[in-house]
Amino acid sequence: MTGGRGPGTGIRFDEVTVAYGGTVALDTLDLTVRPGEVLALLGPSGSGKTTALRTVAGFVRPTGGRVWIGGRDVTDLPPHARDVGMVVQSYALFPHMRVEDNVAFGLKARKAPKMPRAEIAARVGEALETTGMSGYARRYPRELSGGQQQRVAIARALAVRPGVLLLDEPLSALDARLRSGMLAELARLHRELPEVPMVYVTHDQVEALTLADRVAVMDRARLRALGTPRELYRSPADTFTASFVGSANLLPVTCAAEGTVRFGGTALTVGLGAAGASRAGEERTLCVRPHRIVLGEDGPNVLRGTVTAVQWRGATHRVAIEAEGHEVRADVPELDTVPAPGERLALSFAPGDAALLPARTGANGAQDHD
Amino acid sequence: MLVHTCKGRWAAWAVFAVLFVPLFALPLLVIAVASLSTHWSGAFPSGPTVEHYAAATRGESLAALSVSLQTAVGAGLLALALGTWAALAAASLGPRLKRVLDALFVLPVAVPSVVVGLAVLVAFSRPPLLLNGTRWIVFVAHTVLVTAFAYQSVSAALTRLDPAYAQMAASLGARPWYVLWRVKLPLLLPSLTAAAGLCFALSMGELSATMMLYPPDWMPLPVKIFAATDRGSLFVGSALAVVLMAATLCVLLAVARVRTRAAYR
Repeated sequence: MTGGRGPGTGIRFDEVTVAYGGTVALDTLDLTVRPGEVLALLGPSGSGKTTALRTVAGFVRPTGGRVWIGGRDVTDLPPHARDVGMVVQSYALFPHMRVEDNVAFGLKARKAPKMPRAEIAARVGEALETTGMSGYARRYPRELSGGQQQRVAIARALAVRPGVLLLDEPLSALDARLRSGMLAELARLHRELPEVPMVYVTHDQVEALTLADRVAVMDRARLRALGTPRELYRSPADTFTASFVGSANLLPVTCAAEGTVRFGGTALTVGLGAAGASRAGEERTLCVRPHRIVLGEDGPNVLRGTVTAVQWRGATHRVAIEAEGHEVRADVPELDTVPAPGERLALSFAPGDAALLPARTGANGAQDHD
Repeated sequence: MLVHTCKGRWAAWAVFAVLFVPLFALPLLVIAVASLSTHWSGAFPSGPTVEHYAAATRGESLAALSVSLQTAVGAGLLALALGTWAALAAASLGPRLKRVLDALFVLPVAVPSVVVGLAVLVAFSRPPLLLNGTRWIVFVAHTVLVTAFAYQSVSAALTRLDPAYAQMAASLGARPWYVLWRVKLPLLLPSLTAAAGLCFALSMGELSATMMLYPPDWMPLPVKIFAATDRGSLFVGSALAVVLMAATLCVLLAVARVRTRAAYR
């Protein structure tokens, strides 16, 4: 409880492992959250992202490894001594306390030196001001909407001026419209508190891409990829990341000459991507984002096939064709003349929009996200 | 509602009345009427009087009521404290140890209360803990008998309590005691008051274990009622029973008021 102001705190996971009985919930996580950074832990449910967050808060004790907050080894510290602020999906506002008492809780709970009443009131006012909830101080949590409860939960976490802010799926209980508004609010909050790092757990790639400075993609208790949203989106390291961060066509290809691959009977020219230099005959996966594909024959990369489905999505049409025995999807601006299923159609993409990834291995936990 | 038609609803009410009135309401009504009579040889009692109540609220009878109230309040509060403590401790144990503790606390309920009374009597009849012959042995027996209910009630409420409340409180810097006092106990208050009421009512009516061990200077009201009816004073016993019932109900209603205020403030 040092106030957390100053040069800013970071978090370090040092080979952190969490196992319950026989199941491993988190497998040797090595990860550093820099001071002032927003890091998103992105992954499907059961990927270990929430477990990782809870080791920082102290609700889960690692079975191996150390957790550091701001240069202090907190692995053996109880939650109340860790100086973290946390917001959870259910908000967990104390139902028997008014909003102001919820926000004041952390300030009143601290042991000596006791904070003077006037200072507590000032800090509560400030925290409610920051989250735009000043007018609701006398309400009970049950009298507030979901979005308002979320703001109070954030105010409560901010009032103690924590060294780090932990957010566990804070928006997933809100409806879509409210969510995008709160996302903008969280971004503003981060600008106002530039020295406080935020760890943001989510299964929603849009939230991760919008808010985070860096994204850690988790799958089956392991860290799969780490990078800026742009890096992960443009050149994902593997097929899981490619399909979890954004929507992706993942096509099995065989390397031919340098910069050329064969997709069935079609020759394609591609950039190198994460798989690095390749030798002829090697199996790889080609990742092409659907919105980077255009209709018609344009440039060196043309896929010809039969239309299997067309979906109208307002601003765009999603066109799926079957080419070389695989489905290829394209998101194109709304069409005036819509191709009918069964029609022959050609799709094209630029070499720079295709990334070459290691071949897909066995069962892959990734579901395709749109 | 399971029954939708008007006729069906009336029929259901009729069946309910036929089952409920003779089984539950009538015996209580009979006691109330008997307590106001001097003779009951025909179908209806005769010789209306309030003399029994005059006797039931005076002297020894009043003392017995006072003993019962003190015992029930004391044993109830002690049971509530012990049961809550045990339930909180059990919640932080592993599932296997918790099952052992659950079984341990069911024991006084599963075992006939006469046996519990005898066990307490034998256990506290010799030094170092010589309680036999003092009022404290009654408190001990009642506490042993009713703690199980407090434990079960609080234990059930604890499993329903979202652990996120206590975790958020801890992450805000609150020490375990502060979390218990400011978050857990207030959120458990409705079930704590329910448990307190239950323990109080059970202790007020406890007879079989008490019979085994009460000292002459600490005779609770149920023992007095039993003694009165045992020597044939049915009408005096009835008056005492009505007093016991009324006193218990009054306290329970007061507890219920606290409960509704606590349920959602």
